[in-house]
Amino acid sequence: MHIDWSALGQVAVVSVGIAVGVVAIFALGVRALSQREIDIEGGGSGTLSLTGALLCFAACAVVLLYSIYLIVPQLHHH
Amino acid sequence: MAHISLLIIVVIITALAFDFTNGFHDTANAMATSIATGALRPKVAVLICGVLNLAGAFLSTKVAQTISSGIVNDKLATPAIIFAGLIGAIVWNLGTWLLGLPSSSSHALFGGLIGAVWVGAGVNGVHFDQVISKILLPAVASPVIAGIAALIATYLAYRINRRAKAGPVTSGFRHGQTISASLVSLAHGTNDAQKTMGVITLTLISAGALASGSNPPYWVIAAAGLAIGLGTYSGGWRIIRTMGNRLTDIAAPQGFAAEASSTAVILSSANLGFALSTTHVVAGSVLGSGLGRRLAQVRWSVAGQMALAWLLTLPAAGAVGAIAAAVAIQGTAGVVVIGLVAVAVAVAVYAVSRREPITAGNVNDVQPIGAPREALSTAS
Repeated sequence: MHIDWSALGQVAVVSVGIAVGVVAIFALGVRALSQREIDIEGGGSGTLSLTGALLCFAACAVVLLYSIYLIVPQLHHH
Repeated sequence: MAHISLLIIVVIITALAFDFTNGFHDTANAMATSIATGALRPKVAVLICGVLNLAGAFLSTKVAQTISSGIVNDKLATPAIIFAGLIGAIVWNLGTWLLGLPSSSSHALFGGLIGAVWVGAGVNGVHFDQVISKILLPAVASPVIAGIAALIATYLAYRINRRAKAGPVTSGFRHGQTISASLVSLAHGTNDAQKTMGVITLTLISAGALASGSNPPYWVIAAAGLAIGLGTYSGGWRIIRTMGNRLTDIAAPQGFAAEASSTAVILSSANLGFALSTTHVVAGSVLGSGLGRRLAQVRWSVAGQMALAWLLTLPAAGAVGAIAAAVAIQGTAGVVVIGLVAVAVAVAVYAVSRREPITAGNVNDVQPIGAPREALSTAS
């Protein structure tokens, strides 16, 4: 019987890393959105916060697109 | 198409019936947390999930050339044995659905086939080393990995937003959830509909209706996709309630963390060739997201029931599959008897479920953790 422990370890490291990374970046984006509301209430424009939020969500979107690429076999099996 | 016997038609119908139970059993995996947090209305959630499962069936060209990924010797699996294995899987799926227990549909199918092959073709037809490395190991490891990921992710999500305004945080994570839940649905559709396509295709090959090594015919892909899509849309509300509300109380950031963790584990393991159960992964993530917020927020009694159901899935579906095989290999009369018994079981399970129906309307009506104990019993 063959158990591929290193593949199992890879799955563990990759999935914990990606999940924690994406959720943390998304959380930073949400926090920036909340900061934008605070900025606007304080008379500011909130543009800086909005830019930060959009950057975070864009990073998440890249991971989303890569996930769809992995799910749809036509995109990577030729 | 060559001559197709009545038995082959019965196997195809049974495979599609299994596909349907697979769908309604696993809607919870993708949608339970989104429904629980209010990110998606229940009916909308199951519609999205159903459509994406159907789409997933058509998208995947990764043709299932084996029924069981090497767990049993496919060459020994006659149509009668496949039929018996499917019956074992369906009966277990219906029983766990009645109890609202999220258990793995893949394990039910493997268990049913193992039992049926064991009795129908002998113990040598079962590859037990594959059972350990392909079923048992991932079943233990995947929920732990998903749980750790969700725990850390949830903790960080709350930590990062502890001084943020509640409104944007909730709405932001809810929007994120609709996307992450859709991703889980799509991944599910590309994987699970394949199992049924594989079963039907190999049955047709064994009957000589298709050349060996053929891809699934178009009608098989469409039928399998429709069966799992309709099953998903019908919504296994009992299981959705357990996964989304009874295991732990879930807020939007937790739901997003749980779904992101599930997706990460499913995709990274598919890439490395581990066949794992979506159910196990998602349950691990949901538990982790409960622990990541406040350590005491998990209903361990519910988690314990689920773990017990997981342990029993393989042997229980195997036992039913074995009994069914013993009768079905006797010939047409045996198959008819088993088919009638299975229909009777399905009708009985449905009748019992109507006594305390759980629907899109009341799926979220569960007392929060900390409510009086007697109130909790209404959920069971």
